[in-house]
Amino acid sequence: MSFMEIKDLQVHYPVRGGFFNTIVDHVHAVDGISMEFEKGKTYGLVGESGCGKSTTGKAIIGLEKITSGSIVYEGVDVTNQRRQRNSSYNRDIQMIFQDAHSSLNPRKRVKDIIAEPIRNFLKLSDLEEKKRINELLAIVGMPEDSKLKYPHEFSGGQKQRIGIARAIASNPKLIIADEPVSALDLSVQAQVLNFLKEIQQELGLSYLFISHDLGVVKHMCDEIAIMNKGRFVESGTKRDIYQSPQHIYTKRLLSAIPNIEPSTREARKVERINVEQNYQVENHKYYDTNGRVYDLLPISDTHAVAKKEEREVVI
Amino acid sequence: MNITQNLLTIKDLHTSFRIKDTYFDAVDGVSIHLKKNEILAIVGESGCGKSTLATSIIGLHDANVTRITGEIEFKGNNLAELSEDRLNDVRGNDIGMIFQDPLSALNPLMRIGDQIEESLIYHTKLSKKERSFRVQELLTQVGIPNPKRVAHQFPHQLSGGMRQRVIIAIAISCKPSIIIADEPTTALDVTIQAQILDLLKDLQAETQSGIILITHDLGVVAEVADRVAVMYAGQIIEEAGVDELFSNPRHPYTRSLLNSIPQTHSDSEKLEVIQGVVPSLVNLPRTGCRFASRIPWIQEDAHENEPQLHEIAPGHFVRCTCWNHFYFEGEEGGSLT
Repeated sequence: MSFMEIKDLQVHYPVRGGFFNTIVDHVHAVDGISMEFEKGKTYGLVGESGCGKSTTGKAIIGLEKITSGSIVYEGVDVTNQRRQRNSSYNRDIQMIFQDAHSSLNPRKRVKDIIAEPIRNFLKLSDLEEKKRINELLAIVGMPEDSKLKYPHEFSGGQKQRIGIARAIASNPKLIIADEPVSALDLSVQAQVLNFLKEIQQELGLSYLFISHDLGVVKHMCDEIAIMNKGRFVESGTKRDIYQSPQHIYTKRLLSAIPNIEPSTREARKVERINVEQNYQVENHKYYDTNGRVYDLLPISDTHAVAKKEEREVVI
Repeated sequence: MNITQNLLTIKDLHTSFRIKDTYFDAVDGVSIHLKKNEILAIVGESGCGKSTLATSIIGLHDANVTRITGEIEFKGNNLAELSEDRLNDVRGNDIGMIFQDPLSALNPLMRIGDQIEESLIYHTKLSKKERSFRVQELLTQVGIPNPKRVAHQFPHQLSGGMRQRVIIAIAISCKPSIIIADEPTTALDVTIQAQILDLLKDLQAETQSGIILITHDLGVVAEVADRVAVMYAGQIIEEAGVDELFSNPRHPYTRSLLNSIPQTHSDSEKLEVIQGVVPSLVNLPRTGCRFASRIPWIQEDAHENEPQLHEIAPGHFVRCTCWNHFYFEGEEGGSLT
């Protein structure tokens, strides 16, 4: 079943101020989320900027300190050893970043960039390492002579491929992809998305796909969680979320996506206005008095929505 | 067609940049017009020349490294030949501009109200009192709650969507007849994007101005545009009304682009991919069909030697003849019509 489980993850940032620069408050960037990961599946994390989706990704891989909560990986609690060099967790979870250009060291050749995780995690001989690099370049569809070049010699899509080659170098199980295509042009984006799907099947990878683009997420993901204010407002399969969205925030998000059918323009504007009005009126059903999102309540085996419990409404 | 209807007529515009003593055309022979009360969208991927076209219209290029030839006819003047002084009377007054990144377009050290007032001071003879009244009016018009307070705030105190509203307020402050919006919603979230697009549309309906919308997002185009021009490698390769373009795209590039969008309402496993890359300015082939190298499975004689825009239906223009013979790779060959 699931090889990794996240329980009640919280990341709070201190806000300093006042006299002596003491901690006066906390920003609840991620405020209690739970997820499970299964092999070969793609999980989508969707939300607007500032909702905590990137922080979640960084916290899982260990680039952010976790305030509370736990990460259990293959039965072992790894919450406090995420950045240890020789832990298997560190090798098995890798990341692809949004801006491929700034995620590659401009002074390193491609072969050194890709070799970094190999040198860190997989004690290979020089010859084996060379072989592995060629293999990786072949997987991401880059010519072999590119390994002596520097990142600036490549186009945006190619750089993202190099980033992907680096991420899969240590044979990971889960790749956290933080907006991997949002900096790319449409046609290049299609190339990278297709390619991510291909290597997923080949290597049996799982993805945590973080994005604000609901079209891309729908194309890529099996299960989707919608995030707002550091918490999940709705989670479910692709079908649950897109066919029968329940939370007012999900509806609002879905209604705002531009559609490429100009004929439906007017109808969708009306719908958007309706949803926006609903959002204002029914706010209290979905957010408590502090504006916090309620806990997730399951409404089917796969689908859960953050809502005030019905019981309370009756009483 | 009635010529006086056109707000702006661009004829055979070439904008070239100097790279090591050679000039390369980033905009290569673009002819297009903008009518009153119309939203014209210019779409294309990065490097296709769409932003260069926009900035050429109001002359924002460094004259030392740029050469602009052709005609940009606006109110009887050719903007390409106007002096800097005369252009300043047009910028912000007759033609407003909305930029992509609202934070870098605003001065961080100036209050919002003062920034909006700037163009009023330059272009109008309003008194101080009238100006501050107009500022409030503009802020209300673009849907900012509590305009009095916001006018005294600094850009960093506003959210991204609010900042973009301020930029729009600045752009429309002198009631321009043309607004050029260069990727106005690219830096914004989808919900904010929908609000800003609705706002632009409402304002346009109110003021009857013409809008040139530069974007790479076909969804945005379908949402607001009346007419669309698709650009590739410095040229317009297809131009049509918005319904026509989306229901009946003809040029291979347009069709491939539309096919590579991940859709929220379709479930196809694989996205269509366009082979190869957009050629860079220096390496661009200047003869023959510029898209030919990206659809190599189409036989060569399908292309024109010097591709021209052909009107294939009223108001629908397509460059080159290759669309007639185009099919997606892997599909059975043959003409599509």
